[in-house]
Amino acid sequence: MANLVSHPDEVKVVTKRFGKGAANLDRYLELDGYKAVQKALELGPDGIINEMKASNLRGRGGAGFPTGMKWSFVPKQSAKPKYVLCNGDESEPGTCKDRLIFEHDPHAVIEGAMIAAIAVGSHDAYIYIRGEYRYLLEIMQKAIADAYARGFCGKNIFGSGYDLNVYWHGGAGAYEVGEESALMESLEGKRGVPRIRPPFPAVVGLWGGPTVINNAETLASVPHIMLMGGKQYAEIGVERNGGTRLFSLSGHLARPGVYELPLGYSLRKAIYEVGGGIADGRTLKAVVPGGSSVPCLKPDEIDVALDFDSMMKAGTMLGSGGIVVINDQTCIVKFALRTIQFYRHESCGWCIPCREGTDWLSKSLKRFHAGAGVAKDIDNIRYLAENMMGRTFCPLGDAAAMPIIGFVKKFREEFEAHLDGRPCPYEQHGATNALPVLSH
Amino acid sequence: MKFSEQLEARYSDMLTHYPVKRSLLVPFLLYIQDEFGYVTDACIEEVARRLEITPLEIRNVISYYSMLRTKASGKYNVQVCTNICCLLRGGEEMLEHARKKLGVAVNKGVTLDGVFSVEEVECIGACSWAPAMQVNYDFHENLTPDRIDQILDEYRQKAAQQ
Repeated sequence: MANLVSHPDEVKVVTKRFGKGAANLDRYLELDGYKAVQKALELGPDGIINEMKASNLRGRGGAGFPTGMKWSFVPKQSAKPKYVLCNGDESEPGTCKDRLIFEHDPHAVIEGAMIAAIAVGSHDAYIYIRGEYRYLLEIMQKAIADAYARGFCGKNIFGSGYDLNVYWHGGAGAYEVGEESALMESLEGKRGVPRIRPPFPAVVGLWGGPTVINNAETLASVPHIMLMGGKQYAEIGVERNGGTRLFSLSGHLARPGVYELPLGYSLRKAIYEVGGGIADGRTLKAVVPGGSSVPCLKPDEIDVALDFDSMMKAGTMLGSGGIVVINDQTCIVKFALRTIQFYRHESCGWCIPCREGTDWLSKSLKRFHAGAGVAKDIDNIRYLAENMMGRTFCPLGDAAAMPIIGFVKKFREEFEAHLDGRPCPYEQHGATNALPVLSH
Repeated sequence: MKFSEQLEARYSDMLTHYPVKRSLLVPFLLYIQDEFGYVTDACIEEVARRLEITPLEIRNVISYYSMLRTKASGKYNVQVCTNICCLLRGGEEMLEHARKKLGVAVNKGVTLDGVFSVEEVECIGACSWAPAMQVNYDFHENLTPDRIDQILDEYRQKAAQQ
């Protein structure tokens, strides 16, 4: 469905099988499918976790927690069953990478989930896919059924004596469910309201059992790590940031698309070389480099490496790998308003700072953009956002506040340009007049 | 209250997935909606009886998930994304265009003939191919006003043939 693109700087690991029909099980087997899980059975739990630690793979959902370490937190002995849960609730604005993985290589996610299960001693893995991705859920349902039909899942997999079930599960539209504890609530048939931690899911998770939750891209990387070895995978990336990532390039680029780049790749090159630069000969105003939740960077801040630590040092986050590029014709106030309207819509209302904060920010920014703002609103907007930080059960509050703080801090003059009843200075260049010429 | 054979098969299969049966609730409600057009009161009663929870608990869940509804939408629900990546490439104009073409003024409004409804939605995961919309579950990407006209005309023809 979605177009595939490529660029010579890409390093194809997770995307290796894209466009090769690997959703078909026979084709997947020709492309080294289900070899990694057999290798994992030979390695055993400690062997798998050692490879994972050596790989320096960090969670691809956004937080960047080292995957091997996450798996090692699951207690070896547990009275309750242990579970593996694949987070395929991809909903972070700017992110459309898991969609391609499910479409082109669903068995890699299944295999990754199976390896995770073997590593932590679990016999049941769930693959949760967001409700809007119905066609992908159908691809996954077929992939799971095919794997069962060959005996790759179920009782005594590959003659090892190990039983391992894999199940699909679908969502029904909720951004917050991408947060791990809300994801478990949703899978248990409830509202996706986050759980208080501790206890962490690795100790008390699904139905009270220890649970490992990994993003779909993380799990799709796992079989490749098993096959090439953790050390070799780590070498693709940079220090403490192993391997590659799927970056979703979007916004005012000449060649938007999903590209697999090694961690540590330059953000400037990702924008100007891989993404083809700013469309229609315009110039760059800002980039939101890790999905809508992260603070933006200005054009003089883009000489930064795309890895978790460098981005943190630059005052932003690698997040979900969604790189949203904004040109000089865009009103930042309007962009901030649309960002906060999203979080207002998605806030579950459980924590007051998030519920009230997103609502007030949304109202303030709406009024401000319409030209009815006063000077002290600018500081008030920042103050409101800063007071949401760290005061909610789940990261949605922070995710809403961080980009707004960034916009006010870095583009104060754009806010000031809306003062005194002045109309938005960008409206005459509204998107209708400035629709980019798409080049495919 | 009777579910189709297909839906019953889905239910029996999903029951085998989980140690606690209410876990099937969210995806099963969406399958119910696909069959009935929305989650009807009778369906809520039936699912509550099967899962041994109260109808109120089910309504509580429905109100949380943006795709679940308790009122009919159009036969083809046109969901236009206006979130940031689509915004940058004309998502709001696409929404406006779809609304004008179909004569639907309010969010989630349904056309008089019941064929279409138009809804403004949050990110649908088509950021690199923006602006984008979904008609029911089908993605339509790299939209322009002309492309929207063409897509909607195709759905209108499809509705007329049925």
